[in-house]
Amino acid sequence: MVAVARRTDAERGARIDIRNVSHTFALETGPLPVLNQIDLRVEPGEFVALLGPSGCGKSTLLRLLAGLESASAGELLQDGRVVTSPDPSRILMFQDPTLFPWRTVWDNVALGLQVRRQLAAQRSRVDDALKRVGLTDFARAYPHQLSGGMAQRVALARALVNDPEVLMLDEPLGRLDSLTRIAMQSELVDLWRKTGFTALLVTHDVEEALFMADRVIVLSGRPARIEAELINDAPYPRQRGSARLAELRHQALDLLGLDAHW
Amino acid sequence: MSESTLAVPSLQTTSRLNDGPLSALWRAGIVGAVVWFALGALVQFWPNEMVGFSDWAYTQEFAVFAYAVAAVLLLLGILGRRADPVTSTLRPAGPWIIALAILFAIWQVLTAKLLILPTPFFAPPQTLIEVLVEDWRRLGESLGHSLVLLAVGYLVGAAAGFLTGVSIGWSRSLGYWVHPVLRFLGPVPSTALLPLSFFFFPSSWSAAVFLIALATWFPVTVLTWSGVAGVNRNYYDVARTMGASQWFLVRHVAVPAALPQVFVGLFMGLGASFSVLVVAEMMGVKAGLGWYLTWAQGWAAYSNMYAALFLMAAVFSGLITLLFTVRDRVLSWQKGTLKW
Ligand SMILES: Nc1ncnc2c1ncn2[C@@H]1O[C@H](COP(=O)(O)OP(=O)(O)OP(=O)(O)O)[C@@H](O)[C@H]1O
Ligand SMILES: [Mg+2]
Repeated sequence: MVAVARRTDAERGARIDIRNVSHTFALETGPLPVLNQIDLRVEPGEFVALLGPSGCGKSTLLRLLAGLESASAGELLQDGRVVTSPDPSRILMFQDPTLFPWRTVWDNVALGLQVRRQLAAQRSRVDDALKRVGLTDFARAYPHQLSGGMAQRVALARALVNDPEVLMLDEPLGRLDSLTRIAMQSELVDLWRKTGFTALLVTHDVEEALFMADRVIVLSGRPARIEAELINDAPYPRQRGSARLAELRHQALDLLGLDAHW
Repeated sequence: MSESTLAVPSLQTTSRLNDGPLSALWRAGIVGAVVWFALGALVQFWPNEMVGFSDWAYTQEFAVFAYAVAAVLLLLGILGRRADPVTSTLRPAGPWIIALAILFAIWQVLTAKLLILPTPFFAPPQTLIEVLVEDWRRLGESLGHSLVLLAVGYLVGAAAGFLTGVSIGWSRSLGYWVHPVLRFLGPVPSTALLPLSFFFFPSSWSAAVFLIALATWFPVTVLTWSGVAGVNRNYYDVARTMGASQWFLVRHVAVPAALPQVFVGLFMGLGASFSVLVVAEMMGVKAGLGWYLTWAQGWAAYSNMYAALFLMAAVFSGLITLLFTVRDRVLSWQKGTLKW
């Protein structure tokens, strides 16, 4: 039943093709290669986690896919069209919440609609997004009045209000305490299953990747290459500590253990 | 342990004070009433030292004024909390109200009563009343002229500074050209350009507008620019991923993020504009409070000068307060992030 529900919803997600993408930053000290021939296809509605050591280029890959920067080599496609500039159908949720401190929670969430001049007609979408992350009561609060977890949830609502086809999550839970983190992992998976967008999640945390994603891509240290790929076919909703997850975890750690940088 | 036991009795005393019948009183108000009454008596009953054959005018009126203040303070002091919100607004000023009466008394004694300070240059406080009553028309006109000139110059300068600051903070190529000019010409005091601009401009009034605008423009430009240049890059990226245009980024990201700095510039510009205003009025514009000062000096009318200075202080500090109020409104979101 669960699988069926997902397949119908999946029509809203976009397919992502990352073709032979390499990226190099030109620093004063010389060129810094960050991504090395990344080749990856993400199916519509799939949930893919990117796992890799700090500084290997995960955020850079998401920025390229968001269209904030252009790749030094290779191309990135969304449903077969080359990504050249940012587009609200691909939303990146940054490593920090980066809420605008001069806007209330409501106005922060409304940002995307305001950019596209749809706000006046679709104010209820902001309220819906806030409801989905459970922050209706804080609509009028300012970001400095929120806890870290609440700020992350506002950032999530700000992303969701755009109804993205692709949602890129850059360590969205990295700074949360473990309890909030576990709760938000489940919330995110629920949202994804209900909405059907294509999800790309960057994380440091093996358990998090395995709990949430269909597929886990393991990246090497800088410059990042795709080191391995783990398919997690455990059905949703998943049970933390299930035998299947434990087995996959073993497999993942084995894979990662082979890498001297990890 | 010992500290907490020590703290207990004092806590009890304060609470007893607050609950008791005395608590309704405003004590500083009552003390103030006594001091202001004493001032009135001093003015009324201690005869003035004569200068030539004339006595200082408005001595009796000044005494009456002091009595009136005393009466109001006494009333408020007795009513205390029952006269809220007046008392609670005045309460923080209590010590100053008392001190003011003492300062007036010292001033009075040093001038009118003992003539310790030489007469034409120092005048007792009642001469301020005299000037206000007899020359209010000219003073009012001067004030009006000053305010119009200041408003035009300041608003033009602030708007120009804001636009320049945003533009050079945003556009690198514009910054390349404007930055050196700003560096080179900015530090020149506007007043130094006074003779030159009186020569270039069709009227001394327009020259003064230009100079006031220039004095305001510089700090507003520099601070707006640094504010815009210092905006967290991630704010732009957040808006860009949602498809924001350049205009949206300027209008809804750069400007609001830079606004706290812009206000620092506006404060500095306001201070600078005051001094240019007064100097310009003294040197060329034949109207305004600055002109009134030189006029009073020409007639050796020192009490008129004091009155004009008082007026100036009141108005300028009022304008600063106004700007503070505007800032508090506009930047209310900052209240929780900073020590205000
Ligand atoms: N704009 C930039 N200019 C120059 N170098 C950059 C830039 N952005 C990132 N880098 C460099 O590229 C490398 C990869 O950065 P990136 O942020 O993608 O790492 P990451 O995998 O997301 O790391 P983390 O897990 O710690 O967030 C780092 O060495 C970083 O210094
Ligand atoms: Mg990162």
